[in-house]
Amino acid sequence: MKRSPFQALSPSPGFDRRSFLKSSAATLAAGALSLSRSLSVEEAKAPVIDTNVYLGQYPFRHLPLETSHENPESVVSFADAMSQHSMASWASSFEALLQRDYDGINERLVIMATADKSAARQFQLFGAVNPKVSGWQETLRRIHQVHRMRGIRLHPNFHGYTLDDPDFAALLDAAAQKDLIVQIAIRMEDIRTQHPAATVPDVDPTPLLDQLTKLPGLRLQLLNGMRSIADTILMARLSDLGVHFDIAMLEGMSGLARLMERVPEIKLCYGSYAPFFYPEAAALKLVESAPELDSRRLAAVSSHHAENLLMRG
Amino acid sequence: MLPYQVTWDLHTHLTRQLRGKTPAEKAAHLIEVGSRHGIERFCCYMGVEWNTNPDPENLRKQNDDILEAVEAHPDRMMGFVYLNPKHQAESLDELKRCVRDGPMVGVKLWVSHRCSEPELDPIVELAMEFGVPIFQHTWIKTTGNLPGESTPDDVARLAIRHPEAKLICGHTGGNWEAAIPAIRDFSNISVGIGGFDPTAGVTEMAVRELGAERVLFGSDAPGRAFASQLAKVTGADISASQKALILGENLKRLLEPVMLGKGLTQ
Repeated sequence: MKRSPFQALSPSPGFDRRSFLKSSAATLAAGALSLSRSLSVEEAKAPVIDTNVYLGQYPFRHLPLETSHENPESVVSFADAMSQHSMASWASSFEALLQRDYDGINERLVIMATADKSAARQFQLFGAVNPKVSGWQETLRRIHQVHRMRGIRLHPNFHGYTLDDPDFAALLDAAAQKDLIVQIAIRMEDIRTQHPAATVPDVDPTPLLDQLTKLPGLRLQLLNGMRSIADTILMARLSDLGVHFDIAMLEGMSGLARLMERVPEIKLCYGSYAPFFYPEAAALKLVESAPELDSRRLAAVSSHHAENLLMRG
Repeated sequence: MLPYQVTWDLHTHLTRQLRGKTPAEKAAHLIEVGSRHGIERFCCYMGVEWNTNPDPENLRKQNDDILEAVEAHPDRMMGFVYLNPKHQAESLDELKRCVRDGPMVGVKLWVSHRCSEPELDPIVELAMEFGVPIFQHTWIKTTGNLPGESTPDDVARLAIRHPEAKLICGHTGGNWEAAIPAIRDFSNISVGIGGFDPTAGVTEMAVRELGAERVLFGSDAPGRAFASQLAKVTGADISASQKALILGENLKRLLEPVMLGKGLTQ
């Protein structure tokens, strides 16, 4: 049989990409990419923190890995799937997009995340709160004091406010006082594929440049921003103010390496946006850019930037 | 144990963000990064500089770019000839130059003219004569399509007139829940699942409604990451044999007649 010219580059018979991906980030953290060599035990344990995960049901589409508080098995299955790619997943609720009982949403989020020990180990929770709804201060108090969540995840476009809104400024200030991490979802879906009955624009992060100078200690991450924030100068200025980003919507060939070349100071965190996106997409992005990045930068994306967010303050 | 997984990419380009000054150098960069995922072959179309409504001279220039890339990397790059139905006679000439007399193995149609229009018929008939598939960019944009931008419904209308043509619905229409039912009844239409976000469920629905044999992996690199697009297959809840079909076996089967005719090895 004629030897394929690709054999040196191609997976060998029996190659299983999923198994490879389980430990891909570990390999990358060690600064080496090889499709053929075995992974050491230590490498296989190298950490990845996924900062962008959702529980509950997306309002506009059935997702294969979606979860429900009424179906603990779905949560356990999702926790198992996520544990193949990361040691921890920062999770908030899809219900917060359209439903308005934020306290109920957060209670169900807790129910889901404590479905069993594996779920409790995997998910770190970020509560839902809307500064345009009266009483948000009590919702924030419960997120902080009752549920003891790591932070809050905001959806300004679905909740009808922009980042120069005074109520948003008040929420940021209150979150900073409670030392909560603030995540802002810039988009939930490509504007070209949104449900026609529920289209929302991407969130414009520009007002944060002003807001954050007043709150130097605030820990803030922008999620799903990489397709809409094309301005690398804006990214650099936000990074200088301590803003973190995630890679879920980072696109383009070797996109991770290319972005780090253009914005060296950017604080990128691993984010899969599962279950809306296939979780493998984020893991494979590390594989794709690995040969162009040193181990320090790969580790920063895989977990160190997220750890910094957790520890600051 | 899985059979040997052939991974062929249906959908790549040679745009500016690739390293290198020449099409051959840019193709080398594409191959270098795609190889990190084990991708063996890359179908490539449109030149370094794009034009949504190219005149005949520009069409030739763009196709020359692809010819250069294919000639420099004959074992890895496979060209699809870019045509503009608004310039029907010149497009037919390009089809002859690049496919009949050259190494290209498919046709690429973009957004100049909706593919349901009758101006497409001579192009489709000649492509069928040469035994090559036609990749038609399709979207159903919530924000509205360009005037000449085809939807999957347009491809379905084309398939009614040409039931033997090998048609590929590019991007699975973007809004894939609406696109897949539109082409479901036409067994000569496949879907290319590259060039949109890795939204979970797309591959499962395509396999459920069309069968795995009609689903083709493509990346749309370098505009898209190979990573995000491969994940649509590797991460899908489908069988290993279905993944193998989508990753490469289907495209290999689709291109086999024309490749054999040109003496190209697989």
